[in-house]
Amino acid sequence: MKNIKQFISDFGWPRIIILFFLVSLFVTAPFVGVRLDASISDVLARFGRNAIFVLALVPMVQSGCGLNFGLSIGILAGLLGAAVSLQFNVFGALGFGFGLAVAIPFAVLFGWLYGKLLNKVKGEEMTIAIYVGFASVMFMCIMWVILPFNNPNMVWAYAGTGLRTNLTVNEMDAAEFPHWRMILDDFLAIRMGPFFKFPTGILLFVAFCAFLVRLFMRTRTGTALTAVGSNPDYARASGVSVDRMRTVSVVVSTVLGAVGSLVYSQSYGFAQLYLGPLLMPFAAIAALLIGGASVKKASIVNVIVGAFLFQGLLTMTPSVINSIVKSDMSEVVRVIVSNGIILYALTRKTKVSK
Amino acid sequence: MSGTKSVGRFISDNAVSIIFLTIGLAAVPFCGISIPGIIQEMLTRLGRNAFLVVALLLPIYAGMGLNFGMVLGAMAGQVGLVFAVDWNIIGVPGLVFAALIGTPISIFLGWFCGVILNKAKGREMVTGYILAFFMNGIYQFFVLYVMGTIIPIRTANIVLSRGYGLRNTLDISGLKQTLDNLLLWNVGSGDWQFSLPIASYIVLAFLCLFVVWFKKTKLGQDMRAVGNDMTVANAAGIPVERTRIIAIIISTVLACYGQIIFIQNMGTLATYTMHDSTGFFAIAAILVGGASAKRASISNIFIGVLLLHFLFIVTPRAGQFITGNAGIGEYFRQFIGYGVIAFSLVLYAWREKNDTNRLRAGWRGGPDQAAANAVAQGGAK
Repeated sequence: MKNIKQFISDFGWPRIIILFFLVSLFVTAPFVGVRLDASISDVLARFGRNAIFVLALVPMVQSGCGLNFGLSIGILAGLLGAAVSLQFNVFGALGFGFGLAVAIPFAVLFGWLYGKLLNKVKGEEMTIAIYVGFASVMFMCIMWVILPFNNPNMVWAYAGTGLRTNLTVNEMDAAEFPHWRMILDDFLAIRMGPFFKFPTGILLFVAFCAFLVRLFMRTRTGTALTAVGSNPDYARASGVSVDRMRTVSVVVSTVLGAVGSLVYSQSYGFAQLYLGPLLMPFAAIAALLIGGASVKKASIVNVIVGAFLFQGLLTMTPSVINSIVKSDMSEVVRVIVSNGIILYALTRKTKVSK
Repeated sequence: MSGTKSVGRFISDNAVSIIFLTIGLAAVPFCGISIPGIIQEMLTRLGRNAFLVVALLLPIYAGMGLNFGMVLGAMAGQVGLVFAVDWNIIGVPGLVFAALIGTPISIFLGWFCGVILNKAKGREMVTGYILAFFMNGIYQFFVLYVMGTIIPIRTANIVLSRGYGLRNTLDISGLKQTLDNLLLWNVGSGDWQFSLPIASYIVLAFLCLFVVWFKKTKLGQDMRAVGNDMTVANAAGIPVERTRIIAIIISTVLACYGQIIFIQNMGTLATYTMHDSTGFFAIAAILVGGASAKRASISNIFIGVLLLHFLFIVTPRAGQFITGNAGIGEYFRQFIGYGVIAFSLVLYAWREKNDTNRLRAGWRGGPDQAAANAVAQGGAK
């Protein structure tokens, strides 16, 4: 009994409630006319699309920089890579690889600068990261308009300049590209019937990235990084450069953000430019926290569990709830749940390490 | 020697304001707006925005940083206005009615916000920010699904065609600029004629007097003490958590009134989005006016509102002119706003770190002992 209580208090009530809510959604789905196979397929695809963003948050949490509200900086580097790859019409896997090759150097550069900045503002990282992220997104909005892209598939037809903003119902600004759409999702994908697809490729890619991060966190650098996060004074006394380790964690996080951005784009079929990346960090943070991470500790398990629960919630809530109440409440539910969970994590007293 | 030192000191104390003033002045020749036009626009925006910025003061005194949760008050104000429109109360009585409806809601929301922030000491700003997002979800739920179903709405033309939930934009022509036009003075002549919304200015002046008076009361003094050091304040018998909650409640109520004044000047109520930018504008303004998350005064507010809106008026047009592209105006404006906030927060956090280091060096008997003493004395004041 004591063990169960202990387990519940460690796992946290919000997470248990969300888990039960999700399970009940899956159970009710067939009764309200929502196809279970299509839903599971959706959840898997969205999990793959978003997991790398969630993964990208781990190094900075571990090094004591807090939740990376400025993940959009990495996402922007990824979009820059995607845009360059599309500009030169590089098709297929080569196009995706070319996008990565362009994006990663930018991500390293942006991440390095961003890390230097965060080192100057220890203790206020999260508030400042929010605004640095927003300002970067707005800066890139200006850049998308004035950078000299001129591929006719990407720019406005009548002006000949300025990357396209394709306003849809969701107010997503997007430049469509068939060049390497679904390049990962369709790799070795297993299809069963018209509704179910198991996106093997993207899941393998996520697993590969998670494995790399796990490997990295076990290296000498990774251990030093965790030490800096748990006790900066002790780390400094043992000869670890605190600032350097923090910068490394920010660079790794930003590079992962860039990779995640390309993975997201290929799966979604659009590169969401302009205001697209503005709120993406918030969704990733909500997912990480649902997975059981705190502001100071996060693991790969938190990432996998969190991304799955959160994306499951986002996929199932609209389809099931909307079929029940016959009205589109999904957006409202999403806003309340995702921000509610971040709020919960921020207000919880951080426990002494256990 | 001391002259150059004090000039250097002045520049470093006001670095943010000076940098953005320079950017703004450099943009004036390119923006294509006449100087009287700029001044008139600034005078109007002073009446429109300053009240909201004053709402930020008390939480800063109480050491809770910039109150991102003020958006909650703005939502309460909007709910009040919706009822004023629904009951068709026009003119200044309509505004007062909206404020009366908004007050209890914002007191409740402020209390809620204060309780949450007390659980997140040391992380108030980011928590307040997320709280605003969270409450935005609740607000959307309220206006989209509760209004017109559980809460009856009598006026058909503010309800969505499906029968419940409010429209995107509400027509508030019965309330539009009623406070501004109550006492509108025209000053000057020719090109240099300006109309001044005196009634809004009077309300603002009373608010400033209130803040000045409040600082001298027992509660105001307690607030400063809590802001300086919570442990010491607690030892001195001040109820720390309660004082912090009161600071947030007053801030939220003021934000509610400020939003009502803001919307009556704008003339339309964008039901679902208007409050989004409230905190953003107010916080950018107070920071550009030279306040930090720990120190702010009434002069920061006036300098800030004038300077920020000066930037907002001239830089987007100048940006369009320089890049030759008409599409980037709005992005440019937002970039300036977010950039101002990020830049000033970075600068203040960085300076504070330097001060602490200098203080430590002084205590160790380093060359900066005099400076350390000065800082220590400043802290004791």
